[in-house]
Amino acid sequence: MFEQYPVIVVMWPLVAAALCAVVRRERWCWILALSVSFISLVGAITMLGYLDGEAGFISYALGGWRPPYGIEYRVDTLAVYILILVSFLATGVLLYGRQSVKAEIPANLQGWYYCMYLLCLCGLMGIAITGDAFNAFVFMEIASLSMYVLIGLGRDRKALAAAYQYLIMGTVGATMYVIGVGLLYTITGTLNLVDMGERLNPIMDTPAALAGMAFIIVGLSLKLALFPMHLWLPNAYAFAPSVTTVFISATGTKVSIYLLLRYLYSVFGFDFIVNHSPVPSVMLVLSLLAIFVGSLTAIFQENVKRMLAYSSVAQIGYITLGIALANGAGLLGGLVHVFNHALMKGALFMLVGGIAFQIGTVRIEDMAGIGRKMPLTMLGFVIGSLCMLGVPGTVGFVGKWYLAVGAIQNGWWWLVALIMLSSLLVLVYMGRVVEIAYFRERPQGAVALSEPPKAMVVTSWVFIFACIYFGIDTSFTLDTAESAVEILLAPKP
Amino acid sequence: MSSGLLIVAALLLPTIAVLFIVSSTRRPNLREAFTLLFASVLFVVVCTMVPSVIDGDRPSIVLGEVMSGLIVAFEVEPLGMLFALIASSLWIISSVYSIGYMRGNNEPRHTSFFVCFAISIGSTMGIAFAGNLFTLFLFYEVLTLSTYPLVAHKGNDEARAGGRMYLGILLFTSVVFLLPALVITYSITGTLDFQLGGTIDTDNGPFLIGMLSVLFIYGIGKAAIMPAHKWLPAAMVAPAPVSALLHAVAVVKAGVFSVVKVIVYVFGIDVFNLVSSTDWVSYAAGFTVLAASVIALRQGNLKRRLAYSTVSQLSYVVLAAAMATPLAIMGAALHIASHAFGKITLFFAAGSIYTAAHKTEICQLNGIGWRMPITMIAFSIGALSMIGVPPTVGFLGKWYILSAAITATDYFVLFVIFCSTLLNTGYFIPIIYNAFMRAEDVIPEHDHGEAPWPVVLALSVTASASLALFFFPDVPLALAKQLAWG
Amino acid sequence: MTDLLNQLNENLGHVNHWITIFLILAGLYIVVAKSNMIKKLVGLSIFQTSVYLLYISPSKIVGGTVPIISEDYAVYSNPLPHVLILTAIVVGVATLALGLAIVVRINEAYGTIEEDDIYAQDWD
Repeated sequence: MFEQYPVIVVMWPLVAAALCAVVRRERWCWILALSVSFISLVGAITMLGYLDGEAGFISYALGGWRPPYGIEYRVDTLAVYILILVSFLATGVLLYGRQSVKAEIPANLQGWYYCMYLLCLCGLMGIAITGDAFNAFVFMEIASLSMYVLIGLGRDRKALAAAYQYLIMGTVGATMYVIGVGLLYTITGTLNLVDMGERLNPIMDTPAALAGMAFIIVGLSLKLALFPMHLWLPNAYAFAPSVTTVFISATGTKVSIYLLLRYLYSVFGFDFIVNHSPVPSVMLVLSLLAIFVGSLTAIFQENVKRMLAYSSVAQIGYITLGIALANGAGLLGGLVHVFNHALMKGALFMLVGGIAFQIGTVRIEDMAGIGRKMPLTMLGFVIGSLCMLGVPGTVGFVGKWYLAVGAIQNGWWWLVALIMLSSLLVLVYMGRVVEIAYFRERPQGAVALSEPPKAMVVTSWVFIFACIYFGIDTSFTLDTAESAVEILLAPKP
Repeated sequence: MSSGLLIVAALLLPTIAVLFIVSSTRRPNLREAFTLLFASVLFVVVCTMVPSVIDGDRPSIVLGEVMSGLIVAFEVEPLGMLFALIASSLWIISSVYSIGYMRGNNEPRHTSFFVCFAISIGSTMGIAFAGNLFTLFLFYEVLTLSTYPLVAHKGNDEARAGGRMYLGILLFTSVVFLLPALVITYSITGTLDFQLGGTIDTDNGPFLIGMLSVLFIYGIGKAAIMPAHKWLPAAMVAPAPVSALLHAVAVVKAGVFSVVKVIVYVFGIDVFNLVSSTDWVSYAAGFTVLAASVIALRQGNLKRRLAYSTVSQLSYVVLAAAMATPLAIMGAALHIASHAFGKITLFFAAGSIYTAAHKTEICQLNGIGWRMPITMIAFSIGALSMIGVPPTVGFLGKWYILSAAITATDYFVLFVIFCSTLLNTGYFIPIIYNAFMRAEDVIPEHDHGEAPWPVVLALSVTASASLALFFFPDVPLALAKQLAWG
Repeated sequence: MTDLLNQLNENLGHVNHWITIFLILAGLYIVVAKSNMIKKLVGLSIFQTSVYLLYISPSKIVGGTVPIISEDYAVYSNPLPHVLILTAIVVGVATLALGLAIVVRINEAYGTIEEDDIYAQDWD
């Protein structure tokens, strides 16, 4: 039974999505979605347990066709790290969001919403688990297409425009990825990622290989919203329904980052990327631009979700900075930040979703004085802001520390200063919201307020506690990330 | 009770106090009683640790490793012991004062005030007992964050603007300078621990050590070396008890404490002395002493004048520490103690005047000495302590710093101390003169005497302590000797 | 003369790739330059079509026959890219359908399908 786990985590959400499409009753669809997400989480954790005992990986041959001819599902520590992240968030968001879905999505579409949610989960898990280049494209598109629908169901009509923009940009990105894969397939003859890595060794600096690499990197960068290909992200996060925003902000870009890491390190190889290609320097420039432009734009936003979205652009810059540093410490910082940022942003978007549920709007100006009416929610927001700031003892600190250590290992003192300086921009845009919420009076005649529904508050706080807990007890995240880094940095066979 | 548990107790007591304070929010007297109860217990706990530290013990406890190399560990050494004593004793007194002040002035939101106060004291304990740079940094940040609501407590635009500058400057300096300093220290020495004799050695080259000193000294913004001092006057928008404890004692003392600790336990006195690229610290500190005193002369608002006086006095400590001889370190530690008691008396008096007479400007204080004799006598004692006149405790710190300067023939330090003493006299004595020797030029609308009794009690206690410590300085002296000569 | 002819032959032999490049550029240009949403989707489809050609071109092996196992032949054309492209076509169709559905909804909500007008209405 255990050998089937890799396919179960992908197959069950797919089957459940079909069931949801048939059943379409909101309550049953929610229960189905929740149970399937939970099964995936259990499966992912079991696989981690199995891998801890033995180094290496779990390999599953789809359809019985052995790799490298058949499609292989290959689970190693890096993959299981992402699997746990995605399934954990999927479960948490479902526990959190039932009332929010009921409030924001039209009644006849709620069952379909869960169907799309499950399809998205299937796609995201599939990207993390597959070891085949084209299979990754298929899952990538499954996830993306369902994300477009999830976004487009928002209340505001701008959600439709946002979904369309994301569709265009996302499809361009995916197609570029496919072009890259096509070029690499033509010169290596295989689609299996490990095999491709081996076969690329002698021909790495041919124009075809380089062009393939370039297309893949650009395509994936579009998906992970690396500056300047981030334009779809702010609108998509801001106008989507709250539940969608929580889920995709924490998982969508992270999985694309995982795929990029796989390609850079397992297919092209650390040595080639660092010594013979411009990838680290280009990434460095783009990451710094992402961090600063993202943070600066966030400061001037009126919509709190859009502000957090630009903040996400900046945080993705930190993660790619880890790649740009081209050493073990930097990569560790980036990888750890993948997990930690998902926790932080998930928690913050959950809290903001709760606020939106109660006051009906997400404009920051309308949030004046809610600090006293919704003490738990705003306290969670304050703690989340501290995490984003990178105060030691919270998850935000861990990634920044390792990025700084990595920068010093390269002798780039100025980069350390820039990393720390950017944290202060976080202070400005998060502090603005905190100040308005606590230090201003509620306007006359405003809607009477109380805390959001218990499910929302409790789940948000579980995530906030996780932000603090994983900031103090970093054993799980750091150990897993370290094994993952070892796998990535190991020379290709 | 084992010493390690005592340390944990000292940290937990303020935290548990928070719970009790929050739960008794509807019964103000009970809530205040809890604050006083926990403050007293904390003081007792801290006192029980003193004898063993004077004997040479270093109680310690390790709580756990957050990331590889970053450990939360505590170790009590003489300077930390002194700091903890000051902070815990003054928590009791300033709680008494706060009760009188908050009720006398009808300030809003008492519960959040006392809660934030307790958290601030808790983090001060964490700083005092920190066993390595990471723990220090952790609690240093918690202190900044927990004092921010206190600074912006009044809630009006002015308070918010002051709070923003406070938070902005302190977080800026700690994140942009102090955190990189930590990262660099860890990278070159492999550890963040405090060790007698320092962890950095001269192999690292003068440039690196010099740069590290810049990052540390400016990173510890709470020590208010110019130009990172602007937060102190901005924080004067806070209610007087906040200014008193936090900015005359806890926050600023945490700053100079961290500076002295870094110089003694991370750089090491010898390294600091040998390397010439750290000389700039004395010049920056000396400049701050003089410049702040000059600015204080020109201030008309009483609290702002006291704020700049604090900036000036803090740099005394940094100046002494920068001399980096055992005698100078002793003087620095003693000055931390003597300044604490003197300054808190002065701020208490300022708050008392505000509560009773609603006066904030120095020009309004003519003749007030006869209406509020206890307050103004206490003020005079505090002022004399700042100037360094015996029989106040301020004389003690200055004496040791002067001795160290003479022994090291450091003419710059002698010059700075001489000039600043003159300047101190110049901006303190006129206040006292006007209060007692001039007649009231404007009859106040309502006849007023002293402030409410808890306020007067508190400031009398601290003023008496300033005198008493001159005559019975055993404990601070013993701790300072332990620090300087191990 | 024969050199020139040889070179021409070599280059023209890659005519598939020239068409691929042309389609990529044409598709991307339409996506970027046109503000009508349906035209953008058409451009996207053209862009995706170029990929199909890119995959299928190398699958025809010189001297290879239809990929059905037979004892008379030793060299077969590669069927795998065709399979991949079938998948890609399906994905492209799904994307196009979804895109068009969104455009229909946008038309209902905004009254127009020109991107400039939409941005003018909401983001001014």
